Amino acid sequence: MKVLDRKRMIWVNGVLLALLVLSVVGCALLGPVRLNLAQALQNMLSPNPDAEILFRARLPRVLLGVAIGGGMAACGVVLQALLGNPLACPQMLGVSGGASLGGILGLIFFPHWLLPIAGGLLGEISWVPLAGFLGALCSMMLVYRFSLFHGRLHPYHLLLSGVIFNSIIAAVIMFLNSIVDFYQAQGLLFWLMGSLSTRAYLTVAFIWAYIIFGFLWLWAKGLSLNLITLGEEAAMHLGVEIGSLQRQIFIASSLMIGAMVSVSGMIGFVGLMIPHVMRLIVGSDHRLLLPASFLAGGIFLGWADTLARMLLAPAELPVGIITAFFGGPFFLFLLYREGRKKLAL
Amino acid sequence: MSLAIQISNLVFTYNESLVLDHLSFSVEKGSMLGIVGPNGSGKTTLLKILSAVLTGSGEVKLNGRYIRSYGRRELSKLFAVVPQESQISFPYSVAEIVLMGRASHHHPLALEAEKDLEVARKSMELTEILSLADRYLHELSGGEKQRVMIARALAQEPEMLLLDEPSAFLDLKHQVQVFELVRRLNREQGLTVVAALHDLNLAALFFSRLVMLRDGRVYRDGTPAAVLTEEVIEEIYGIRVQVQRDPSGEKPQIFLCPSC
Repeated sequence: MKVLDRKRMIWVNGVLLALLVLSVVGCALLGPVRLNLAQALQNMLSPNPDAEILFRARLPRVLLGVAIGGGMAACGVVLQALLGNPLACPQMLGVSGGASLGGILGLIFFPHWLLPIAGGLLGEISWVPLAGFLGALCSMMLVYRFSLFHGRLHPYHLLLSGVIFNSIIAAVIMFLNSIVDFYQAQGLLFWLMGSLSTRAYLTVAFIWAYIIFGFLWLWAKGLSLNLITLGEEAAMHLGVEIGSLQRQIFIASSLMIGAMVSVSGMIGFVGLMIPHVMRLIVGSDHRLLLPASFLAGGIFLGWADTLARMLLAPAELPVGIITAFFGGPFFLFLLYREGRKKLAL
Repeated sequence: MSLAIQISNLVFTYNESLVLDHLSFSVEKGSMLGIVGPNGSGKTTLLKILSAVLTGSGEVKLNGRYIRSYGRRELSKLFAVVPQESQISFPYSVAEIVLMGRASHHHPLALEAEKDLEVARKSMELTEILSLADRYLHELSGGEKQRVMIARALAQEPEMLLLDEPSAFLDLKHQVQVFELVRRLNREQGLTVVAALHDLNLAALFFSRLVMLRDGRVYRDGTPAAVLTEEVIEEIYGIRVQVQRDPSGEKPQIFLCPSC
């Protein structure tokens, strides 16, 4: 009888972690401009173009991509379990819509405001992601309120109120898009398509803090996540305090999604596809599935963004194009080969 | 004999209609009780209250303690529930499903220990599904799935087993197998069994005590011979039947006779 043991946990996560570290280094070195790593490292203190490109342009971007990819995949895993729906993804929760609207209002009304951190000592960050995150928090509270009955978040209500909330917000965004001038509209469109470009380590640190915090919170619920996929009542019978679990999963994943969307816009597909791919590879036990999806999501988005930077260099493609275009066929292939025996459809 | 379950004056209302109406009865430890009654008589609601999914007003005591005073993890070691049918939307192997019965027995952050694996293996042996351990649940037949659910329940090492029409979707052979297994567990391991049942003939064959519910009240309570009489069936279900003895001469069996 094959069951999850410590050896398998360490082995799978160890290999993926090693791949993730290699990917960060590899993605940072790859780009339209060839880098000399020795040069960049040797003269780290005295500014030179190689170090400048590596540490100021590429590394923060790769670190952001890895965090977003991992966070999206982890949120996808837990939302599929919470909603009991294999089609659930982070974009469904309503929070992403709120974050987009917040960010867009920021882009329209104060695109150039900067918030100095620690009196400017730690640099400045744009108000746009902060507005996005504020929007995410507001929408999170609204969706929560509409889905809570008798202390429980009903999955169908959560799913429906999230989807409907997002379509209302999409209408508001389209309205805003049609009343601003042409250049602003162009900017909004780019922001909505999602991008990982950043130069600010502060932003990267902010995202990592949320992702790590949320991920650990959710990982601690791994066992209960297994039980909740059996259905609400079965989970209760097996010892799960269902109301508390549902609220915690919703809040933890909403905070992560809000933080991610407010910084990088809607990067789709990772949160839907990676959980399924990893379920086919490592199985459905969330104690392993969650960290494995997190690491794999990071690896996948890291490389997808590198491709997005390089394919049409010096122009950049929106990374969402890459994730869907290359991830989709791979997913279909896997579904065809493994899915028939493993997917409970 | 001490009591596993005591229910007194249990009331449950749903949308202002009375589903359970001052229900009272108790169940002795190590006994088997079948709850029968027509659709809408409150069987499922009663089981949901017993398994702490719903809360009614009135007293429900398990092992002499109010059900409200238990935590979920505690409850899941006290009783296990075998559902009518299980819908699982993600691929788990049989072994994984059975091991989930151990969730309350080990630390939530830990993997299953050797003892958990041992208990799971034993439950799978008892239910004769050890050879299916590495198969996926959705590949199994209805009868096999139901045995997996019973194995998971046994892995909880419970004192009581609650079953909600466990044979509803099974063919004749598997219906009998499930009840033979449950009766064996009751006799060999002293499990208290409470089951909601639709099939009155099966109920008569396997249960020594039946409670007949009607409109949320106990209409009859006693041996199958006392509960399943022609008069009671006609009164409750509104159809005419003949009740005769089974070949052993002890258990009543109901024959439908639309023309008589």
